Amino acid sequence: MADATKNVSHLELGDTDKTFLDSNELIINMGPQHPATHGVLRVILRLDGEKVLGTECVIGYLHRGVEKIAENRTYAMFNPYVDRMDYVAAVSNGLGYCEAVEKLLNLEAPPRANYIRVILTELNRLASHMLWLGTHALDIGAITPLFYTFRDREEILKIFEKYCGARLTTHAFRIGGCLYETYEGFEQDVTKFLKFVTPKIDEYEELLTTNRIWVERTRNVGMLSAKDCIALGVTGPVLRASGVKWDLRKAQPYAAYPDFEFEIPTGQNGDTYDRYLVRMQEMRQSLRIIEQAVGKIPEGPIMAKVPKVIKPPVGEIYHSIEAPKGELGYFIVSDGSTQPYRVRVRPPSFVNLQALEQMVRGQLVADVIAVIGTLDIVLGEVDR
Amino acid sequence: MPDETKSPPPPPTGEPKGPAGAPNAPSVEPVPAKKPGDPAATTDPAAPAAPPKPAPPTAAKPAEPAGGHTPAPPAKPAGPAAVAWDSEMVCKLKGQYGSGIGEASTYLGQNYMVVDSSLIPEILHVLRDQEEFDYCVDITALHYPQREKQFDVIWILYSFARNQRIRVKTLIADGEIVPSAVKIWPTANWLEREVYDMFGIRFDGHPDLKRILLPDGWKGHPLRKDYGIIQQDNEWVQINLGIESGQ
Repeated sequence: MADATKNVSHLELGDTDKTFLDSNELIINMGPQHPATHGVLRVILRLDGEKVLGTECVIGYLHRGVEKIAENRTYAMFNPYVDRMDYVAAVSNGLGYCEAVEKLLNLEAPPRANYIRVILTELNRLASHMLWLGTHALDIGAITPLFYTFRDREEILKIFEKYCGARLTTHAFRIGGCLYETYEGFEQDVTKFLKFVTPKIDEYEELLTTNRIWVERTRNVGMLSAKDCIALGVTGPVLRASGVKWDLRKAQPYAAYPDFEFEIPTGQNGDTYDRYLVRMQEMRQSLRIIEQAVGKIPEGPIMAKVPKVIKPPVGEIYHSIEAPKGELGYFIVSDGSTQPYRVRVRPPSFVNLQALEQMVRGQLVADVIAVIGTLDIVLGEVDR
Repeated sequence: MPDETKSPPPPPTGEPKGPAGAPNAPSVEPVPAKKPGDPAATTDPAAPAAPPKPAPPTAAKPAEPAGGHTPAPPAKPAGPAAVAWDSEMVCKLKGQYGSGIGEASTYLGQNYMVVDSSLIPEILHVLRDQEEFDYCVDITALHYPQREKQFDVIWILYSFARNQRIRVKTLIADGEIVPSAVKIWPTANWLEREVYDMFGIRFDGHPDLKRILLPDGWKGHPLRKDYGIIQQDNEWVQINLGIESGQ
């Protein structure tokens, strides 16, 4: 076991002998099997008592070589694989990939497909945020929200299941639009869900927003300034909580987003508490978008005219969307054949996780848990 | 729940049978380089059946796919063609660096420029400080084994002030070292490590260049085209996992 550690650790274990003797420094290993690391994340912590002097993330335990697989599949065959990256927001992954290939083919999904895409993607954002809230609160010691959010997330998964037969890795969209027409009663189901969930979000907030323990554990923890966010490439709610009003749905709109009114919630302090508030607001904004969309899904086809054999012309494209975790980008290079020459995924979780070091240095061990939670990473996406 | 099964799912958009034995031979694809006699037709047995017109009629140049020996000029893309990217910034940079700035084009509404690898840290500095590209979205690479300069290294940059995204690309040979961008954008740290891990491209000045997704002792760089899809470092697997093969 000690050998295995030696192989991967860059914090020279030889040094530990020395530090044991002449300082209070201690190197401990958190993860990869640890409930609070949200998967198989391993963090090597250098501690002085309770204080964190430095961290090092060791990742890759879930690496499946998604980008390599892409080069050996046709464009359509690779589509389901993207669901397995950020598996709690599979619909977003699929949307980004399909749109990128559509751009490469120079075609657009029909309006009706775009509306269906927006509704499902926003539902998925809600589901993702709910899962984040439940687990994040659990890490910090509040168990109740977990049961509440999982109960309510279930309703979203039921809609997914009725729509496409899958709950988690949905493969909901196809290149060029959607494969499935909405089922009968889809609009009613979604409307019913909106009615059901709106008071629930207030309920979560009641449990936490003014809860003294919650506030103490999150306020001024894991601060990240706007400048640092940009330098570190951090996007999504983490960036917005630092006061940068930037959301790809507004900055570079895609799908049917220009048709809807919604706000971009921002925070000021860039601490864990603000990130919590921003995500809570985002859930409300998602509900707003869904409400507008579900009332006026246009009639028409759900699939654009896509050639039987997808062979995009030689060229390359970068397309990114606002996934629940941040900017999810696909850089696809076509050599004119049926298989992509290269697919590069720009994963938000991977880039955001890099900020961990800066956020926890000088803070307490317990805060590391809070910060991992607030970054909202999914290791399936970090490692790909 | 019986209602959603009503439509018997037609085969998903693209056709699943695909090029039959392809998964094992990743490196036979032609490079989208300026080769006139292109072997494009040989790679996909499924192709000839369908009329090869993937692109809407925009600039439809029928020349590319079948036309055997048309000396296709520098134009790489077939359907919607790349057009020259004219902007104040490009003019300024071209004025400043002359031939160091190669092709600057817009393809499908996205701008990119190819710069000489000797300009690399400098031009990235200029783009950040003078042109406000303050957010480095991604760093990645492409491998073209048939080419003399085998790798493209690509920086995708975004400017909050302009709400604009560009790609900077440079061509390097195998073994050539690229200056690191970590001092310009700290986010480059992990991104460069991933490029190193996957392609074996080294970045000079990186604070801690080592593998990130694969284990430290692993041999080979999987996203190179000569690395097979089921290939693995058997020795590593044997020593560390105590099994003959992971397959």
